Amino acid sequence: MASALIPLIPFPEAAKTALADTQLRRNLGKATQTIRAKRAAVVDEMDDWEELREAGRALKDRVLRHLDQYLLQLEESVQRAGGHVHWARDAAEATRIVAEIAKSHDAREVVKVKSLATDEIRLNDGLAAEGIQAIETDLAELIIQLAGEHSSHILVPAIHKNRSEIREIFRRKLADTEDLTDIPADLAAAARRHLRQKFLTTKVAISGANFGVAETGTICVVESEGNGRMCLTLPPVLVTVMGIEKLIPTWQDFEVYMQLLPRSSTGERMNPYTTFWTGVAEGDGPQEFHLILLDNGRTHTLADQIGRQALHCIRCSACLNICPVYERTGGHAYGSVYPGPIGAILTPLLVGVEHAPSLPYASSLCGACYEVCPVKINIPEVLVHLRAEVVRHYQATKGINTYAYAESVVMKMLAYTFADRTRYETAQKLARFGQGPFVSEGKIGNLPGLLSGWSTMRDLRPVPQQSFRDWWRSRNEQ
Amino acid sequence: MSSSAKEAILYRIRTALHDVPPTEQPDDVAITRAYRQQDDRPHAQVVEQFVEMTVDYKAIVHHMSEADLPARIAQSCQDRNLRRLLVPADLPTAWLPAYEGLEIVTDDPSHPFANADLDATDGVLTGCALAIAQTGTIVLNSGPNQGRRAITLIPDYHLCVVYADQVVSIVPEAIAALRSSVVEQGKPLTFISGPSATSDIELNRVEGVHGPRTLEVIVVERDPQG
Repeated sequence: MASALIPLIPFPEAAKTALADTQLRRNLGKATQTIRAKRAAVVDEMDDWEELREAGRALKDRVLRHLDQYLLQLEESVQRAGGHVHWARDAAEATRIVAEIAKSHDAREVVKVKSLATDEIRLNDGLAAEGIQAIETDLAELIIQLAGEHSSHILVPAIHKNRSEIREIFRRKLADTEDLTDIPADLAAAARRHLRQKFLTTKVAISGANFGVAETGTICVVESEGNGRMCLTLPPVLVTVMGIEKLIPTWQDFEVYMQLLPRSSTGERMNPYTTFWTGVAEGDGPQEFHLILLDNGRTHTLADQIGRQALHCIRCSACLNICPVYERTGGHAYGSVYPGPIGAILTPLLVGVEHAPSLPYASSLCGACYEVCPVKINIPEVLVHLRAEVVRHYQATKGINTYAYAESVVMKMLAYTFADRTRYETAQKLARFGQGPFVSEGKIGNLPGLLSGWSTMRDLRPVPQQSFRDWWRSRNEQ
Repeated sequence: MSSSAKEAILYRIRTALHDVPPTEQPDDVAITRAYRQQDDRPHAQVVEQFVEMTVDYKAIVHHMSEADLPARIAQSCQDRNLRRLLVPADLPTAWLPAYEGLEIVTDDPSHPFANADLDATDGVLTGCALAIAQTGTIVLNSGPNQGRRAITLIPDYHLCVVYADQVVSIVPEAIAALRSSVVEQGKPLTFISGPSATSDIELNRVEGVHGPRTLEVIVVERDPQG
């Protein structure tokens, strides 16, 4: 089974294909512009946004620096409230635990709330192999599940589809949809009819978690449609898969995150529905609750002192929506469940840079992602750090003829040349003569050999006939 | 299996955090709560903002004195031509509407309805735990006048009574007020901001997916004598 995190095609190649798809670019441009404007408007309403961001960052920093302690506290809190806690080192272990719980209730079908953690471990495929069908209930997840595609956005997985494309998928796959229009309300109503009986009758539900509170064992799921409430309330058995970094220390900390998350993600003051539950409540909702704590590369990420801040992420997707690269290529080009700027750092950190070496380069380092991040993840800093890791990896494995290798050779030569005045001036003289064939209309448009990749998208000013130092010297001589 | 996975993950975490001084405690990592935690605007303004924000998210909202509440409830139910209205067992009898053709269906905790029975009702009438003005949010905690979570979820229409003195201004005030529900009583909470909606089609908000497609809110100024 292919990994949901490791890109099969390097980003530059995949991006080329995506850029050629004009419908995709139109859909993405429209959607990201809409959401950017909405986010900006509701963030502007908040005088204390920067203070909230700082608290959001600091709380996650506190949790990560003492993660072992907080996880043990969460486990105790959940158990005290009547829940069961499981630990899973990787995808296979988590899938096995979910399958065993489903089988113990003879469930051949389970309903699912949208969850990136379960996408990351390809839980649906894993359950299918055990004869258990997972039914996605989020509208966008349902659309891509019916289309047999993968998500292209962490919040709106079907962002690459417009309304008429969605209508076509529903007409093909859902019953009684011959007369379906492409009005969004009608499309939503078709999904409501399709899933209604499943919600009312399915025995086991699976969810992810937006937050887990160490102090109380409270788990929180933030959503819009009510499919989350259905899954979290109606089936008698609930299984939640939560990445170990989703912890927050105390109940009080929701005062920070319930302000940061809705405004940053869907650009709403508050999302339509949020459910908070603490273990099992007698006579209200599921009477059996399992929490699976998932590692799957998070401890590897934690070990990277610069990269560890990627684990602050609350999956709002503001960085995707603002990113000029994401806006043009879409999510599929990144080849990971986590696309966009956060994916460009989180994916290599989770699986190791050697498995996703092109992703740290899938950015112009413009820094817009850092500015909008509600928990202040310095994505450009981590990108640069990971680029260095990629170079070190290729140096160690003697990889030749790669982007990274050529860059490292050039950087070394430049460092050697710039370190000494005589060498620098000699190089200038050589360049003045050597650049001749490459200069046209006052600029260098194409460089030979390994340097050609760099100059494909950039023009370079030629070295001038007289440098400042030469001019200064000649001025003194006069 | 589970305990060895637990030990392995904890070991990985401790190894990964070798740069954190062993003497450092969680509280040593400073948290600055310099954001607003309280709002001291006059309460009438807060209530007005709650109405405005709730309307902004496409709920139907009324604002009135307690004396007019029963008539308003009956009118809202009749306007929608409700035939079977679901209510929690502890709802004040004064709230219960009565008109020709209306059946009141009470969800009794000792004999709770099956999901299919809840699905056969046209709407539900409840109170709430509190409301947040800044975001137009109603909070349910399965407390008085609310019943269990399923009853406010399955019917397609939710009529919710919010007393003006239940409205807090900003999110931090709500989180503080809800602390005992969670910490001491372990109750599940639901935040509701407008009717069920989705932004999944071209990132525009569309009302009406799986939860109640219509949310109607009656904001009530408590009778001074009461």
